[in-house]
Amino acid sequence: MKILVCVKQVPQKDAPLKLNESGTWIREDVSYEVNEPDAFALEEALRQKEKHGGEVVAITAGPARAQQVLREALAKGADRAIHLEDPGFVGLDAFNTARAFAAAIKDEKFDLIFTGLQSDDYGFAQTGVILADLMGWPHATIIMQIEKSDGGIKVKRELEAGYFQFVEMPLPAVLTIQSGINKLRYATLIGIKQAKNKPLRKVTLAEVQSAIGANLQKIERMYIPQKTKKTEYLEGSPGEIAKKLVDKLRNEIRVL
Amino acid sequence: MPETILVVTEQREGKLNRVSWETLAAGQAIASETGWTLEAAVIGDGVSAIANEIAAKKTAKVYAVESPALKTYTPDAFSAGLKQFLTSRQPKLVLMPHTYQVRDFIPKLATAMGRSVVSDCIGFRKDKDGGKLLFTRQMFQGKFAADVSLQCDAPWFVTFQNGAFRGDKVETGASAAPVEVVKVEIPAETVRTKPQEVFKEAKQAVDLTQAEIIVSVGRGIKEQKNIELAKQLADALGGEIAASRPICDSGWLPMDRQIGSSGQTVAPKLYLALGISGAIQHIVGMKGARSVVAINKDHEAPIFEIADVAVVGNLFDIVPPLIEEVKKAKS
Ligand SMILES: Cc1cc2nc3c(=O)[nH]c(=O)nc-3n(C[C@H](O)[C@H](O)[C@H](O)COP(=O)(O)OP(=O)(O)OC[C@H]3O[C@@H](n4cnc5c(N)ncnc54)[C@H](O)[C@@H]3O)c2cc1C
Repeated sequence: MKILVCVKQVPQKDAPLKLNESGTWIREDVSYEVNEPDAFALEEALRQKEKHGGEVVAITAGPARAQQVLREALAKGADRAIHLEDPGFVGLDAFNTARAFAAAIKDEKFDLIFTGLQSDDYGFAQTGVILADLMGWPHATIIMQIEKSDGGIKVKRELEAGYFQFVEMPLPAVLTIQSGINKLRYATLIGIKQAKNKPLRKVTLAEVQSAIGANLQKIERMYIPQKTKKTEYLEGSPGEIAKKLVDKLRNEIRVL
Repeated sequence: MPETILVVTEQREGKLNRVSWETLAAGQAIASETGWTLEAAVIGDGVSAIANEIAAKKTAKVYAVESPALKTYTPDAFSAGLKQFLTSRQPKLVLMPHTYQVRDFIPKLATAMGRSVVSDCIGFRKDKDGGKLLFTRQMFQGKFAADVSLQCDAPWFVTFQNGAFRGDKVETGASAAPVEVVKVEIPAETVRTKPQEVFKEAKQAVDLTQAEIIVSVGRGIKEQKNIELAKQLADALGGEIAASRPICDSGWLPMDRQIGSSGQTVAPKLYLALGISGAIQHIVGMKGARSVVAINKDHEAPIFEIADVAVVGNLFDIVPPLIEEVKKAKS
């Protein structure tokens, strides 16, 4: 099976984020990592390849720094990578990002495309499903298990409140992967070494420009959310805080 | 003719998903702000009873959009059916709840119509000049909020987060709204996926819904062996231990102790969150708690937005003396 995995670089989980001057995005001088569900999507692609053979290709859209997530994917076992490289890709809406990906892979023939189920930055939860529609392929979202079946695949979709559902579909197809579907591997030293010699194709914004258009939605303003609840902050040494908290548990919250 | 807002409700096996009332409340609020007409729809096969239920609320009209192909949910059938329906009605704004089902098909539907979805919104507002309608959504896992405008032609698609509006505040109409059954044609070959029955993984061994005190651990606990510390606190308090999803994904605690949209929904007297950031998927499972106490080292963690009592600090410094103080208070 030939699998394309879409991976995105996002700010590290505990990176302190600050608004930019125009208040429409963050200041980008922070540390980055791979979007967590995308790491699970990559892992799943590698496991499918180990079971059924084939090829795993990682793709990302972002500035030069985003190459890091592709290098990591290659080090973990992806065979090659595609980098849509331009700072302009950061500001694309989900529709445009999907259109850019579709344009970049128009000469390829994949059996499956995996994405994480949503990104930690925008959190659209849309790019994978849009890509499926653009490709004319079936899709399923929030996937927790993938098996080959007669003429296609059988996947386990997560539903709300602990419910699940199996869905069968023909290939090619797009799946958005949920965190926790598998256990992530670490890159080995040999893997990291080998990654340096693996092919990494770069695609410029100009090359896909004709396939995308103006964004269909726009962030007018970004800001720190207003607090609506009155919160009492307890301060002091750990011992003092413990005393104050027990006092609250006893006299106000009344559980002691 | 005024513009219309169409709320697409969600039903499963003939029962309305109650989050639909929240979306209807959102529609009513936007209608009163804009003067636009509010209509609602329910999708399925033989769903006029649900349409009648919705028609009791304050809306101008309710549609039952029907086809045998819509009996069981598939993204192919739902987007094909809705595309047909929306193309014939041309609403300005289409609202849906941000459920697992909606997020499975709405990006496809919008793409098929050349439109865009502002997903997972928590509110709306008019911009300063009173012209543009803006939709507010969380960014960076709730660390920021953003006001987003749509730059394309109608229909505009917007989904609202669970809990963004109060379902119990939905207004009842003076008289029942008219119900129209609309039959849509969905050719068999449109539907490429074959869904099987919905099921629950395993019998739940613990029922946290009745617990009065819950100590819940998140990724801030760092290592599996540290779970013991949280257990000691739960024991001292006489409460249950629970966790955020990554803890259960890692197998550090069993799945049936997971709180959140894909886990249990609880409403204890005390919910004590240790090293939990407060992602919305976690919050929906515990926001009904009477009191929330959060201990987190990051003063900007979104959990503090819903906490009654906040401790900004390292849980490994605070929990040990807390266990001692609780024991003292109890003895
Ligand atoms: C469709 C879907 C369904 C989901 N369902 C669920 C669900 O049911 N339940 C759920 O919980 N999540 C769910 N999630 C995942 C959710 O989005 C978050 O990723 C998850 O809740 C984060 O868990 P966390 O807060 O433990 O970890 P993190 O977000 O990594 O937060 C860890 C926190 O610990 C703090 N911390 C670190 N060290 C310390 C220390 N020493 N002392 C004090 N604080 C410290 C950090 O400041 C941080 O705030 C779902 C996601 C999706 C997309």
